[in-house]
Amino acid sequence: MSSLLLIEQALNGLQFGVMLFLIAAGLTLIFGVMGLINLAHGSLYMVGAFAAAGVSALTGSFLLALVASLAAAAMAGVVIEMTVIRRLYDRDHLDQVLATFALILIFSEGTRYLFGSFPLFLDKPEWLSGTVTLPLGIEYSLYRLTLIGVGLALAAGLFWMIARTRVGIRIRAGENDREMIGALGVNISRLYTLVFALGAALAGFAGALVGAIQSVQIGMGEPVLILAFVVIVIGGIGSIKGAFIGAILVGLTDTLGRFLLPQLFALFMNPSEATSVGSSLASMSIYLLMAGVLLFRPKGLFGEA
Amino acid sequence: MKRETLLNAAILLLLLALPLWASVADEPFLITLTTRAVILAIAGIGLNFALGFGGLVSLGHAAFFGLGGYAMGILAFHAQNYTPMMEWPLLIEGTKSMPVIWLVAIVTGALAALVIGALSLRTAGVYFIMITLAFGQMFYYFAISWPAYGGEDGLSIYVRNSFPGLNTMDPIQFFAVCYAVLLIVLFGTWRAARSPFGLMLGAARQNPDRVQAVGQVPYRLYLTAFTISGAITGLAGALFADLNRFVSPSMLSWQTSGEIMVFVILGGVGRVFGPVAGAALFILLEHTLGGLSEFWHIYLGAILLGVVLFAKGGLYGLIAGREVAHD
Repeated sequence: MSSLLLIEQALNGLQFGVMLFLIAAGLTLIFGVMGLINLAHGSLYMVGAFAAAGVSALTGSFLLALVASLAAAAMAGVVIEMTVIRRLYDRDHLDQVLATFALILIFSEGTRYLFGSFPLFLDKPEWLSGTVTLPLGIEYSLYRLTLIGVGLALAAGLFWMIARTRVGIRIRAGENDREMIGALGVNISRLYTLVFALGAALAGFAGALVGAIQSVQIGMGEPVLILAFVVIVIGGIGSIKGAFIGAILVGLTDTLGRFLLPQLFALFMNPSEATSVGSSLASMSIYLLMAGVLLFRPKGLFGEA
Repeated sequence: MKRETLLNAAILLLLLALPLWASVADEPFLITLTTRAVILAIAGIGLNFALGFGGLVSLGHAAFFGLGGYAMGILAFHAQNYTPMMEWPLLIEGTKSMPVIWLVAIVTGALAALVIGALSLRTAGVYFIMITLAFGQMFYYFAISWPAYGGEDGLSIYVRNSFPGLNTMDPIQFFAVCYAVLLIVLFGTWRAARSPFGLMLGAARQNPDRVQAVGQVPYRLYLTAFTISGAITGLAGALFADLNRFVSPSMLSWQTSGEIMVFVILGGVGRVFGPVAGAALFILLEHTLGGLSEFWHIYLGAILLGVVLFAKGGLYGLIAGREVAHD
């Protein structure tokens, strides 16, 4: 019984990790190509979730809601890239942090102005609710399983795009030497807008997908953003592969830590103390993981030394 | 340089005159508001030590601010409940005495900064920003999930802690305490910035390689600056918690880190008095814009964006001009 529960928790961790990857991939791409640290990435995640919740409430269609989340987040991304972010590429990191912090304030309060302070609910569609029976007789939520599948497919698509397509070639060239590809006739500022919009769309899409299992509310983006930072630090900034490995590691560590640590402490403590010690330690587990990685590889697992 | 000195004096005088007038005019709210600005200024000075002097962009200073707050909260909590904090291996009791609490807050802030700094300074640039942010968040989640001291609800203290010879529940007397601390911290920072250590730190910010070449270790300079920075911010946290007689995980949240950074930027990075001006300006904005609209953060965001994009150097940059490279 316990091992079945363990597998279920591991799947939850995988699902969490895959969603984290969608956010971290955009962040790491944006940093890799433009050298920009974007704190407002979590706001784009929130924009996607709110757009999906709004459209779903109007039309009742989950697929339309997903399309809306992609479109709204990409649009928001293009708008802030062309108005604000563009001016920050040549600035130092401090300016980037502050300007994108200002964007968070504007996005959060703007969303509160439009939608009010109460959380919205985005229902998962009927055709994805319920459970499926996996091998070994594990009952698992169909929606979460779909998230894992969609996330893995998107990850594969992203790897393929970067490795095999013309846009991917330009993105990689932009990471290596932005002046050179500008000299070769690539419209750099359009490439930057495109990369930013791509990152934004991925984050918004993740927001909509996760919004259906959690509530859609103001400030939902920032905890995820900080987790995505942890992912990137572990994986190495600028590396998509690092972001993927890091995201899965963080997802599994967090979920399994919350599940296993209280049980571990229960072996030699009374139950209520074990729960409190275990859960507080579990809430720190991914940061301890990050500290551990930093001790041995300050540039992350796949960062360029 | 002259205009900067004038501005320094004007801000200090204003911060002193406003509560004195308010105390005569019987407006205790205004005194509390100014006290808030003074305490937040101390937190800003703390961050400025790392950010302005050392060039270390830390987004995790809420950790030290909150730890200072919890140092006060936990000590006072045990004192008001007459329960010992620890019985084994040695007996530690809570206390309501401000100087003792300050000392504990400073040491806690410094120790946390030493550990976080030692780890985070192995990296630089954008890694450093993300890692400090992540460590700050670690303390936040720990405070939320640790039930012994209120967890998510925080800790309330019935009576403000005591300072020998003063009645700290009187707003103007508590203000005097905070203002005195501000002056001491300002003086210390001003001396430190001009000491051999401060000059070497500035050099390490501008060019670590050359500092290394003349036989100093940038890592050690940065770590010292980060530790001092954490100590000052911890002290500010203890005062802030005392002002509200309440400490909660929100003091540890990443928004707090962002706001402390905003004080530094609004005032002017790397100026000793910058955070004082910044914190005063922030409180002024919060008070006036907050009265105009419920959604005042939008305006704050727009102003901040304007300062970053068009007015580098903040208030001091605007009024006192760009800082001279060598003084």
